[in-house]
Amino acid sequence: MRLPEPNKSVIAKKPHIVAALRSVVQDENVIEDPEALKPYECDGLSAYRQLPLAVVLPETTDQVSAILKYCDAEGINVVPRGAGTSLSGGALPLADGVLLSLGKFNRILDIDYANRCVIAQPGVTNLAITNAVETEGFYYAPDPSSQIACTIGGNVAENSGGVHCLKYGLTTNNLLCVELVLMNGEVVRVGGKQFDSEGYDILGLITGSEGLLGVITEVTVRILRRPETAQAMLIGFSSNEDAGACVASVIGSGIIPAGMEMMDKLAIHAADDFCSPGYPRDVEALLIVELDGPSAEVTELTARVQSIAECSHAKSISISSSESERQQFWTGRKAAFPAVGRISPDYYCMDGTIPRSHLARVLSRMNELSSEYGLRIANVFHAGDGNLHPLILYDANKPGHLERAEQLGADILRLCVEVGGVLTGEHGVGIEKRDLMGIMFNDSDLNQQQRVKCAFDPDGRLNPGKVFPTLHRCAELGRIHIHGGQIPFPDLPRF
Amino acid sequence: MAEILKFYNEEQLCGTIKWAASAKEPLEVIGGCSKPGLGRPISTNYRLDLSGLTQIDSYQPDELVLSLGAGVTLVEIRTLLKQNRQELAFEPPDYSSLMGISTKTATIGGVISCNFSGPRRIKAGAARDHILGIRGISGRGEIFKSGGTVVKNVTGYDLSKLLAGSYGTLSAITNLCVRVLPAAETTSTLLLLGLNDADAIDALGYAARTSYEPSGLAHLPRELALHCNVPDAATPSTSVTAIRIEGPPESVTDRIHSLQKTYSHFHTTLLCEESSRTFWQEIRDVIPFSKMLNRVVWRLSVPPSAGAKVVAEIKRHVSCEAFYDWGGGLIWLALDPKETAESNHIRNTLKTHGGHALLVRARADIRRQTSVFQPQPSALHALSTRIKDSFDPLRILNPGKMYKDI
Ligand SMILES: Cc1cc2nc3c(=O)[nH]c(=O)nc-3n(C[C@H](O)[C@H](O)[C@H](O)COP(=O)(O)OP(=O)(O)OC[C@H]3O[C@@H](n4cnc5c(N)ncnc54)[C@H](O)[C@@H]3O)c2cc1C
Repeated sequence: MRLPEPNKSVIAKKPHIVAALRSVVQDENVIEDPEALKPYECDGLSAYRQLPLAVVLPETTDQVSAILKYCDAEGINVVPRGAGTSLSGGALPLADGVLLSLGKFNRILDIDYANRCVIAQPGVTNLAITNAVETEGFYYAPDPSSQIACTIGGNVAENSGGVHCLKYGLTTNNLLCVELVLMNGEVVRVGGKQFDSEGYDILGLITGSEGLLGVITEVTVRILRRPETAQAMLIGFSSNEDAGACVASVIGSGIIPAGMEMMDKLAIHAADDFCSPGYPRDVEALLIVELDGPSAEVTELTARVQSIAECSHAKSISISSSESERQQFWTGRKAAFPAVGRISPDYYCMDGTIPRSHLARVLSRMNELSSEYGLRIANVFHAGDGNLHPLILYDANKPGHLERAEQLGADILRLCVEVGGVLTGEHGVGIEKRDLMGIMFNDSDLNQQQRVKCAFDPDGRLNPGKVFPTLHRCAELGRIHIHGGQIPFPDLPRF
Repeated sequence: MAEILKFYNEEQLCGTIKWAASAKEPLEVIGGCSKPGLGRPISTNYRLDLSGLTQIDSYQPDELVLSLGAGVTLVEIRTLLKQNRQELAFEPPDYSSLMGISTKTATIGGVISCNFSGPRRIKAGAARDHILGIRGISGRGEIFKSGGTVVKNVTGYDLSKLLAGSYGTLSAITNLCVRVLPAAETTSTLLLLGLNDADAIDALGYAARTSYEPSGLAHLPRELALHCNVPDAATPSTSVTAIRIEGPPESVTDRIHSLQKTYSHFHTTLLCEESSRTFWQEIRDVIPFSKMLNRVVWRLSVPPSAGAKVVAEIKRHVSCEAFYDWGGGLIWLALDPKETAESNHIRNTLKTHGGHALLVRARADIRRQTSVFQPQPSALHALSTRIKDSFDPLRILNPGKMYKDI
């Protein structure tokens, strides 16, 4: 993986830079010692490691603003970081860059039940928001599996989802306002406690922008009342085709479950061995379907899903009869990654999305690829919205294995795009999928995206080397090629 | 008068915008022209009519996606989706009657360009939340796309969000891929009768915080309820505060019962099925103000719990009628055009409570003098200007429609 060539003159200035940062924040909030920098050398994509020039931990928006302004003026790159759980290398440091950690922005600022929202600093964890409002019967809907650790700022930057986003949407659909510091140090607020933000939807643009447009220093999210009830079903199938057909029929019948997850045999066994959720072991595919809402509705819809499953040749169906059983059904799914981690020294988690109707076809092609590459693949995914998480099992200690796993991963993503899907459903492009962007977008698409980046950060100081396969200068992107000539299509209808 | 050029395909449109960029010829871009007079008045020699981009590229009910040209009308989309008992969940409004137009010509491109959403916004999200992918032509005359055709996608920046609500000032939208959802099987609306604005907003806020999942929360004061075309809503001759419940029949009955118990201290009445649907269509399309065409109409988006306070404060300075959607979060205001200083009062009130105001309907001379969109703090405005530059550096597309320089 290629990262921008580090600027040696910036590295040489390290003592000056550290001193300048210490003039903004307290001394102990700047880390420069290589040993102490070690915990920051990678994010959740741990195959890639790089020590940053220094880490700075500001505590206020003013400090963030002063740091960015200084770095912008001095030509120093900045990489924002939340909890470092990104699976695409978005928070991977740069040798000549300052890593700006939002770790000290860890307070909830306002809980407003009347307007059903919470204002939090970006370093607050996803789960802490739900914990803060739980006693009043509320919760924050997007629930990435990493929710104990990942930050709400990181969620905004990645537009994270979770098992419940089929019904309740991703981060972008649950976000009301952010405060953002631009690379030039300017602070802008977009949105508020009202439903829609005014002017250009900068809030929507920031969400999922992977730390390339600005540093988020405050977040307002919508909270929801906990549904009256929730019920989960485990449905086993003797083929992926049957399971895929069942998913399509449920959606086609007009039911949007709160969550609809699928696991293949390898993942089912790994999860069942790891934490005994009681999954059927004699099936090829398992669906976990959760319905939530008013109890009358849940009872009715559960019955409908059951009959659809029967028509789709389900081999086994169990329905949770208590809250604890519902939770138990989920334990296996939630522990699927660590469970797979136990049956292989390393695994590589992919994240493509495909149109649901291609589920069976993509799974069988993935099996072929798996034997071609000689690497096993366990499948755990959000079936309801076609978001796949193939886990490629490999052993980093064996020479060439990591590279092979990466090539297999790239082939899987190409396959996703080929059937009309996309490179990433929720984990982001980062460095991981950067060089595959050309499969989905042509130059014109990518140039327009980079021009938008220029509006925020004209010198490309913020998180360079991520998302875009080639970096263009803003001046070059802004150039207009004039063609001249007469108004074309003189035969157009005119009124 | 501007010459109108009507387009039937993307290449023609792209060629024309390329030409305009080289000739530095500003263009007005319109969809079905259902909202003439929305935005700041602009004058150009050419007006590009996109209502000829009417192809349905694909509709896959099982995938819940619809790909189509920006010129397809809402009427056509509704008819198409109805065949599979599906709909656009954000309830795209049609403001043609509000704007004094008799034909229903609103196009999907136009609705998305304004990011207008109906009453179900509170539960299902806004127009912008339902776009999966978009194609457009920038003011540089370059075709680009963003997003895709699947629900879950974080590949690259989400430019569709930027184009939604940009009033055609960034790009001419040619194609969209939108998410469709199953239509509710049943709908019922509980009306609470005779509440004043403040009590009504409290009652709606209470409903919003229950687990009954209301999908519409509106309040019409007495003088506007009288204009309602739903007899049950108009006859009591009191104010009506409406709570809509949708879903499978058993579930709707159950939740309505619970709500009736909750609000047993009020006089209530129930609108079922067709009358519920008509009532919410009227709220959605702002019908109460379509009959007062001489009045100036504002649309305010505020923190829901502040709704009644905002209106009370504005009423202290100017006489106006108001009704509420989104549980108080959306306020429709109608004023006498003689109240020329009204925009100051409205905007000052919003300074304390938060939110923003859009002047939706007014004579061109009023729209020329007043800021139609909410004025922005300088750093935010400078950023918006740079975003405009990134799509349309020569100010070819709808120049000045939102702000003087945007
Ligand atoms: C075990 C595991 C399970 C996971 N499950 C899911 C899942 O179910 N769904 C899902 O969507 N993701 C999942 N993830 C991925 C990851 O947790 C999310 O992407 C998460 O949102 C990252 O948050 P973070 O705080 O760790 O951000 P980081 O990893 O620190 O940063 C992520 C990106 O955001 C930027 N960034 C962070 N904070 C800010 C800020 N304040 N301002 C500007 N930019 C910022 C960084 O520069 C970087 O590009 C999982 C990860 C792991 C390790």
